[in-house]
Amino acid sequence: MTASEDDAGPNSPYPTRRAVVAGGVAVPIAMSLSSDATAQSAPSDGTPPAISVNLTVNGTRHALTLEARSTLLDVLREHLDLTGSKKGCDQGQCGACTVLINGRRVVSCLTLAVMQDGASITTIEGLAKDGKLHPLQQAFIDHDAFQCGYCTPGQICSAAGLIAEGKAKTPEQIRELMSGNICRCGAYTNIVAAIQQAMGQS
Amino acid sequence: MINFQYSRAGNVADAVSQMAASPGAKFVAGGTNLVDLMKMDVERPVKLIDVTRLPLDKVEETTTGGLRIGALVRNSDLAYHPLVERRYPVLSSALLAGASQQLRNMASVGGNLLQRTRCAYFYDIATPCNKREPGSGCSAIGGLNRMNAILGTSDACIAVHPSDMCVALAVLEAKVRVTGPRGEREIPFADFHRLPGDAPQRDTNLGADELITSIELPPRGFAANHTYLKIRDRLSYAFALVSVAVGLELEGGNIREARFALGGVAHKPWRKTEAEAALRGKAANEAAFTQAADLVLRDAKGFGHNTFKIDLARRAVVRALSQAARGTPQSQSSKKIA
Repeated sequence: MTASEDDAGPNSPYPTRRAVVAGGVAVPIAMSLSSDATAQSAPSDGTPPAISVNLTVNGTRHALTLEARSTLLDVLREHLDLTGSKKGCDQGQCGACTVLINGRRVVSCLTLAVMQDGASITTIEGLAKDGKLHPLQQAFIDHDAFQCGYCTPGQICSAAGLIAEGKAKTPEQIRELMSGNICRCGAYTNIVAAIQQAMGQS
Repeated sequence: MINFQYSRAGNVADAVSQMAASPGAKFVAGGTNLVDLMKMDVERPVKLIDVTRLPLDKVEETTTGGLRIGALVRNSDLAYHPLVERRYPVLSSALLAGASQQLRNMASVGGNLLQRTRCAYFYDIATPCNKREPGSGCSAIGGLNRMNAILGTSDACIAVHPSDMCVALAVLEAKVRVTGPRGEREIPFADFHRLPGDAPQRDTNLGADELITSIELPPRGFAANHTYLKIRDRLSYAFALVSVAVGLELEGGNIREARFALGGVAHKPWRKTEAEAALRGKAANEAAFTQAADLVLRDAKGFGHNTFKIDLARRAVVRALSQAARGTPQSQSSKKIA
């Protein structure tokens, strides 16, 4: 893993990621979604304008004003305070940031939020319903499918996508189609068992 | 990541005219490679033109019996498309050998063709790299080059093209349809990617102002005798050290038509007409496969850390040709090599 901007300390010449992305605003509202890329208040100094983006996250609509470079992961964590999705590598290599966009699993660290205007996003925070854990969350607990837990939100969102795809039937196929989620603790055996249990219930 | 202008294209003509009006812009679709490169400051486009809303997401049969694949079809959708699974299984297999399911869900077919090399020095902006900064030198020659090329290299660059999908498309002799300010044109797959020569900054023969709109597969799909064999450091989710795509047509025990291409060994999917011709009319046996493997690797050159790839590739070619001839293609979920 490489050092991230989050490592920037008070004496660092670099602004922290939080300071950089805090410039945007996040207001949950109900409104019709537009697919136009609407530039807001173009600055006069030549910097690219911020852009209006509407995202539905875990069923709640948000009207956001974002820099084009904001990744979906940063928007979830820093604008919407949904810190369940983790920034492991920030390069699409670890899967800890996996979320579902319109039901399909993707890595949110390589997804530009402005490109997802109008999309429906599900994160780990949106899986439990009416105070009841999602079958995958319960299965991960039942099978002790984690140790430190850092990769777990990504593992569970990825497994939710895997079950929806319906391509994995055997433990071998589960392993192959879950290979985009790395677990440094090595809980793979129990992760596969948990996914098998949840599959049996779906 | 350096910030950039952003716009959406409403249709193909709009995308092309926006690009013509914006020097230094790039098209973006899946973003799985481009966004990563932008985070590393390897790519610094002044503007991204989002083409994901263009109507290029269909897989259709052509009037000539082939298949037209829209440039925006996602890698996972293509891999599992019933027509691809049935008629072009080598393409399906190669797609499933690449990346992870999350990335395949994001990555477009057109973008897969335009992936940049994963040479570590290309990514490391503190080191010289002729592909990233022409004229600065090649750090991989004489550096850590275990993942680098053994065929078609130049003094300027020994990078490899990282795609699995493209190795299968080379075997299928796909055509790439593109649109630009000068209109539409079709590029045969063998002419799409370039060798590094003295201009390694140019990966392909696509113009900077051109947009890939579709990929066309001819009718011949080698569904009965094919394989995609990928050798890598991890069993899944790793780039190839060496990969081999094969399509054979057999008559009795003899080879009527043979095509094979190598991935992970060159700046483009590597085919050698002479090696394929040597297989035609021969009995499908190890002697013929070994001769073909020797021919394709005759001019291979190692750079130290990657010299082992020459033998690895030779054995992988023989193994892959055997798998295809037997009709037992490599499974991409069971990792036992057949």
